Amino acid sequence: MAQASTEEKILITGNVAAAEGAVRAGCRFYFGYPITPQNDLPEYMSARMPAVGGTFVQAESELAAMALLHGAAAAGGRAMTSSSSPGVSLKQEALSYLAGSELPALIVNVQRAGPGLGDVRCGQADYFQATRGGGHGDYRLLVLAPHTVQETFDLAYEAFDLAEKWRCPVMILSDQQLGQMMEPVVPAPMSTLPAVRDLPWALSGAEGGRPKRIVKSFYWRPGELEEFNKRLREKYIKMERELPRWEEDRAADAEIVLVAYGTSARIARDAVGLAREAGIRAGLVRPITLWPFPAAPLVAAAKRGARFLVVEMSWGQMIDDVKLSLYGTPRPVDLCWRAGGGVPDVAEVFEQVRRLAGK
Amino acid sequence: MEVAGAKLKIGRPRSLLAARTHYCAGCGHGVVHRIIAEIIDEWGLRGQTIGMAPVGCAVLMYQYLDIDMCESPHGRTPEVAAGIKRARPDKLVFSYQGDGDLAAIGMGEIIHVANRGEPISVIFINNAIYGMTGGQMAPTTVPGQKTTTTPQGRSVTGEGFPIRVCELLATLEKPVYLERTVLGAPKEITRTKNAIKKSFRVQRELKAFSLVEILSPCPTYWRVSPDKSVKYIETWMEKIFPPGVIKDTTK
Repeated sequence: MAQASTEEKILITGNVAAAEGAVRAGCRFYFGYPITPQNDLPEYMSARMPAVGGTFVQAESELAAMALLHGAAAAGGRAMTSSSSPGVSLKQEALSYLAGSELPALIVNVQRAGPGLGDVRCGQADYFQATRGGGHGDYRLLVLAPHTVQETFDLAYEAFDLAEKWRCPVMILSDQQLGQMMEPVVPAPMSTLPAVRDLPWALSGAEGGRPKRIVKSFYWRPGELEEFNKRLREKYIKMERELPRWEEDRAADAEIVLVAYGTSARIARDAVGLAREAGIRAGLVRPITLWPFPAAPLVAAAKRGARFLVVEMSWGQMIDDVKLSLYGTPRPVDLCWRAGGGVPDVAEVFEQVRRLAGK
Repeated sequence: MEVAGAKLKIGRPRSLLAARTHYCAGCGHGVVHRIIAEIIDEWGLRGQTIGMAPVGCAVLMYQYLDIDMCESPHGRTPEVAAGIKRARPDKLVFSYQGDGDLAAIGMGEIIHVANRGEPISVIFINNAIYGMTGGQMAPTTVPGQKTTTTPQGRSVTGEGFPIRVCELLATLEKPVYLERTVLGAPKEITRTKNAIKKSFRVQRELKAFSLVEILSPCPTYWRVSPDKSVKYIETWMEKIFPPGVIKDTTK
């Protein structure tokens, strides 16, 4: 088991990195249901949670796991769940309630291929579901997309601070390859936060005659829900201003800008390398927040005259956000996709870059 | 209302707010809310209690009780309660649910919460109907009962028999106390209060799961007058849902 140390380096999977990152951030409540390809995450938590004085429950369903998470979060605990695509579909009911109740929590989706039961192989086709809320009603999740095991740890470590600051559930959108691969990780030290905190809205029992607290998303008086929606919208607009995050690689002078996240970003980066060797000025913009989506680097590249190639394991979801970002500065946007469990290889991405460059 | 010469013997419990409820005339929810508030006040537990409101007629329960409360998606109520209890094991946590919430959409949740022995108290209002949505068939609707989705009366051929929740949960190892009571004559209401008291004691002292099922009137959707609804419970419901202690391993 990992020990907190600045010198420490551990070799773990992306799934375990998400778990340990959350634990070190003070997460003491994990609730989940088995589904491939993320089972090593709950298995790890089943041992890790008791070791840190936390709670692990294998629930009877994704619905129940989310309900337990809802309760622990409402009581002021840092609570986490994880699943993969078909399981995350089942979590959508609760995500809408969490957003409506403005509860912080961490949800990890280790994406597999769909639709339906699909396959346990890699996929990125839950992009729309993740970035558009996924459940009923107007809301968003803060969606973080790591591309290495270290980044998976780091984003899980940061997730609860963001979730509590914005009172918004955070989703880490991983994928099968990223979740199951092992890489060395330098972990952050263990948080000293207590397991539950009396946050200003948290249910703790109205002790000492303090006013009661209600955690709810139901507004029934005429106009009340509309006012709440206006307030939510203002929050999301503020998040759109403050939170977009991305990484650029050789994008400054690129005539062809690849846009990719997660495992696809690793492949796209190698394709950029091949393109540069072939004398093609290619670069990569890798969104780290998928919602809010980072439009700024794309607009800047468009103004320089770049064209775009979106690489994703879906037949076209993130490409819509790229096109929306370029609404005022239209430039050609192409798509390089594999779906249904197929993973693009570097050669086929490079081939498309070469064609676009006319070489 | 003041009556000349009369003395107030029982006032409103502190934990029950002076709110005008949205409940229909003759509905049982107000009675059970009052019972819960009385116990909280008698035992001085306002600062120690966290309640769960269901989706259903009691969805606005937090408007009427002056305690910390949480909402839940329909049926997930006892699992949300279990999540709260896991985070705050020192608090008294109760889940308040109707028959649609608990025995239809939330049947999976209640079975597994009971099976894990989550130390919460479940207060289960069985009025054999969906009230909030307008009187549709519930899993506890009695055979022959007319509802807005069984206009000819519930047929056991296509719609099955009513589900006896206490008896079902009694097959599990972990629940230690399961009782069914009735909102009828005053002594039945006292019995109901004592059952809820016992359920709270079981939670606090034994850290165990318990459930009190309360047969409760819904005159509006039974289409009987409030004064006849007690007779309705006796005639129609008690034959299928016999009142009494279904399981008690506390002794």
